[in-house]
Amino acid sequence: MAELLRDRETAPGARAFDGPAGPLARAREGLRAYGLITAMWIRSTMAYRTSFVLTALANLAATGLDFVAILLMFSQVDRLGGYGLGEIAFLYGAVSTAFGLADLTMGSMERLGRRVRDGTLDTLLVRPVPVLAQVAADRFALRRLGRVTQGLLVLAYALGSTDIDWTPLKVLMIPLMLISGTGIFASVFVLGAAFQFVAQDASEVQNSFTYGGNTLLQYPPTVFAQELVRGVTYVVPIAFVNWLPGLYVLGRPYPLDLPAWVAFTPPAVAFACLALAGLAWRAGLRSYRSTGS
Amino acid sequence: MTSDFITLDGVEKVFDVRRRTGFLRRERHQVRAVDGITFQVPRGEMVGYIGPNGAGKSTTIKMLTGILTPSGGRLRVAGIDPARERTRLARHIGVVFGQRTTLWWDLPLIDSYRLMRRMYRIPDARYAENLDRCVELLDLAALLEVPVRQLSLGQRMRGDIAAALLHDPEVLYLDEPTIGLDVVSKAKVRGFLRDLNAGSGTTVLLTTHDLTDIEQLCRRVMVIDHGRLMYDGPLDGLHEVGQSERMLVVDLERELPPLEVESARVVRTEGPRQWLAFPAAASAAPLVAAVAERYPLVDLSVREPDIEAVIAKMYADRGTS
Repeated sequence: MAELLRDRETAPGARAFDGPAGPLARAREGLRAYGLITAMWIRSTMAYRTSFVLTALANLAATGLDFVAILLMFSQVDRLGGYGLGEIAFLYGAVSTAFGLADLTMGSMERLGRRVRDGTLDTLLVRPVPVLAQVAADRFALRRLGRVTQGLLVLAYALGSTDIDWTPLKVLMIPLMLISGTGIFASVFVLGAAFQFVAQDASEVQNSFTYGGNTLLQYPPTVFAQELVRGVTYVVPIAFVNWLPGLYVLGRPYPLDLPAWVAFTPPAVAFACLALAGLAWRAGLRSYRSTGS
Repeated sequence: MTSDFITLDGVEKVFDVRRRTGFLRRERHQVRAVDGITFQVPRGEMVGYIGPNGAGKSTTIKMLTGILTPSGGRLRVAGIDPARERTRLARHIGVVFGQRTTLWWDLPLIDSYRLMRRMYRIPDARYAENLDRCVELLDLAALLEVPVRQLSLGQRMRGDIAAALLHDPEVLYLDEPTIGLDVVSKAKVRGFLRDLNAGSGTTVLLTTHDLTDIEQLCRRVMVIDHGRLMYDGPLDGLHEVGQSERMLVVDLERELPPLEVESARVVRTEGPRQWLAFPAAASAAPLVAAVAERYPLVDLSVREPDIEAVIAKMYADRGTS
């Protein structure tokens, strides 16, 4: 994203023979590089096929057990914060899928700090493709599909077992919610990585927003204190991942007395988050290139 | 634009170093890693860039490749400002970091090359031609299908050099290309670099700790210390600058007190053998004649100054001045 903006630095016409210009071309170039590198990692993984199958199954089992914990809870109580099992499963499945997709595509960015420390980031900087794409694709781990699979299964179960008063808008809201949620989590990954240019051991801070946010959003907002709900709505906008659009689908009241239309803001929120993360990434990379540390 | 391929004009790199001196108190001070370096490298030259650890070698290379932005001065590679147009420059340069491989650990060597082909969009014919040449000259034919993790250090280095050359870079930067290699591998790498430079006219800039690399490859050498260029010229000239000495080793008939001859001094004795140091620029003939005339000489040999000693002396001189 930040790489898209870099073109401004280039003198007009200077790129005649040296690759594409313009933000869109840069984005295409980045996606292409991401695809190339990702394919290499998948093939690397397949060099150890058995190991891959085992870790993928373990990943699925581990995330699966996560939901079992909620099922166990519901064997003791009927409702949690006023929500039934199906509704909780809906929120859980939505956030799990969105987080899983972001983790699958961008999760490797938390390794940036290590690359900065051991100097291997430099080997990416001498390539003719955007650094962000290279860092995002670094050590692409297909086993992370486990969480996406689990999230989709739980979501499917929720949609099958919950009485939802379907309207066309609500149907549209499902993919919109998943895509925006992925974007919001992805922006947190990029933001965290950008911060690692400055503080190289910052990945734990980022984890508290990504993994911590994921765990938080698996439960309805009514379970938590008002201050926390306010924080994740206005400060770190992860409430837009599933709470606001999800509660609209479920026909439930919003937290904090927000108006109904906020259910449709997640794409805008995701876009704003990604733009902000892109700027932060750009600033981080620039700071690295001027300090070298 | 000049005919020079690489141009540095008063290039500086200043790092801000912050040190914790107490609770919440930090002291800031500046480190001038590169302190006003100026040099030009014409197309097709092979230059050695040497200096002790922390002298500013890597910082210079990082600025030349666009990884780091200079704090001051002017820098051009192939007419491009590396810091501003890093990705554009990337297509014109090849970089080999001796201690960091860019090959794919778990995949056959050829897979890394196929990735380069697509990443750099190398036309098929070009790619085939360059790959064939590298495979032949770097002796890689038997290694292409071997996963990189199974290659020896020397094989991997050859693999890395090939990976850096597939897109026809006009300049090749090598950072410690022979580090950790055995004698045979070193010879192979050096032989290839010599052919590459002679054959395709690729400009080569290499940093190294192994002065044999420089002696065998580079006609021109640059010595950097404390961020400043201390010497830039032919390898032979280093001796004059470093005021180096040659050594005359004489075997006498019997053990004698240190010989007394003008224009030389005895630096070591060991039984009937004595070591006499004399200026490298002076001829050995009058000295040998003088010794033979006055003392019972059995055998003699002359040792050329070794470049390592010359450079060590340069650093030491600078340290005291």
